[in-house]
Amino acid sequence: MQDFSYIAAKTIPEAVALLDEKGESARILAGGTDLIVQVREARRDVDWMIDIKSIPEVNVLDYNAATGLTLGAAVECYKIYADDAICDAYPSLIDATKIIGGTAIQGRAGVGGNLCNASPAADGIPPLIVLNASCVIAGPNGEREVPAEDFCTAPGQTVLAKGEMLVSMKIPVPASNSSSYYLRFIPRNEMDIAVVGAGAAVTLDAAQETIISARIALAAVAPTPLFAEEASALLAGQEVSDEAINAAAAAAQAIARPISDMRGTAEQRTHLVGVLTRRALNGAIQRVREAT
Amino acid sequence: MARRSHVQTTLNGETVEFLCEPRQSLLEVLRDELHLTGAKEGCNNGNCGACSVILDGRLVNSCLVLGVETEGKSVETIEGVADPDKLHPIQDAFLENAALQCGICTPGFIMSAKALLDENPNPTEHEVRYWLAGNLCRCTGYDKIVRAVLDAAAAE
Repeated sequence: MQDFSYIAAKTIPEAVALLDEKGESARILAGGTDLIVQVREARRDVDWMIDIKSIPEVNVLDYNAATGLTLGAAVECYKIYADDAICDAYPSLIDATKIIGGTAIQGRAGVGGNLCNASPAADGIPPLIVLNASCVIAGPNGEREVPAEDFCTAPGQTVLAKGEMLVSMKIPVPASNSSSYYLRFIPRNEMDIAVVGAGAAVTLDAAQETIISARIALAAVAPTPLFAEEASALLAGQEVSDEAINAAAAAAQAIARPISDMRGTAEQRTHLVGVLTRRALNGAIQRVREAT
Repeated sequence: MARRSHVQTTLNGETVEFLCEPRQSLLEVLRDELHLTGAKEGCNNGNCGACSVILDGRLVNSCLVLGVETEGKSVETIEGVADPDKLHPIQDAFLENAALQCGICTPGFIMSAKALLDENPNPTEHEVRYWLAGNLCRCTGYDKIVRAVLDAAAAE
């Protein structure tokens, strides 16, 4: 592996100052399950690894039924799905954290790293988008927040500017009669990268017959994970029906811009967007109805 | 070259100190600096699980941890699993079930199985199979390994 220096930052200002000083040659180390492989395989040139796991703010995992979830950038997957209240409130996030790698990966990898790695196929990002997550970023000029759907800008690229780091993700309290679902297509049962991923969150009316609002997000069909905004908007005010769900799935297919690669062809991926969007929506609706 | 760091960690219950470069993985530190060659290098990218160890109670791929990250932490490797005169029940079950052939993946499987049984002493077959999905074996076809883990759970 290339030579680099390692610093365990103790505070956010310390990490930000280091990032600002070292610029492109520095990279944040959290779980390391992507970064260490990228450096070892010479896919990323890093002179400074700044370990943030000793910083309290990035280890916060706090769910409060009044204020929502604060998910620190370095919180590992296994801690997220071990929390029953978080499992109940944000099931799509749980769907994703249970399928990111295997057990050993989930012991180190977190959703914050998944977001900052900015893979188009990241399983952790569609749930953040459908759950309306806001990404808290610290930098030399203080803090700012960016919606999850705007965080990734290209494969491996994010909105993080020089000196900036992800601190946490804030997810609002779920509305009553709402739930969410994430699934992906892979040719195996486990330990694979999504050919296509789809997440959905729905809020139903009290009778659980009409969709008040929905959010749909897609992975592995564009340079970044996508928020299917028009497809989501089509569902608002609609009665739960195959017609409404099919229309949303078709609108989701319309924004997919997949490539053909070793995991699947563009044609297969476009087809899968329709199938998985329907399943994600129906899965979320079923969860709302089962919860009562 | 980056300066070698002094690291103190707890390894299989005993305090150890070592020097390593930041770029050395925990796997490299275990094998090359501490001469504990039980953890194996398979893929070196987190897919195969041959390097599995337990870090502060969590199963991890030691190829995806830097040696310097283990400062003040606790590391368990295959070398610490058996008592001096008695195999661990998981090891016994692997022998009884012939759950190994070439043996390269075995230390990783045993550490992974140990982490599972430490957390869930009575797993279902489904739970065992999903837990072990990050450990690859090219000899056995997995079934004997799964039986061994279930037998070990029943025996413990």
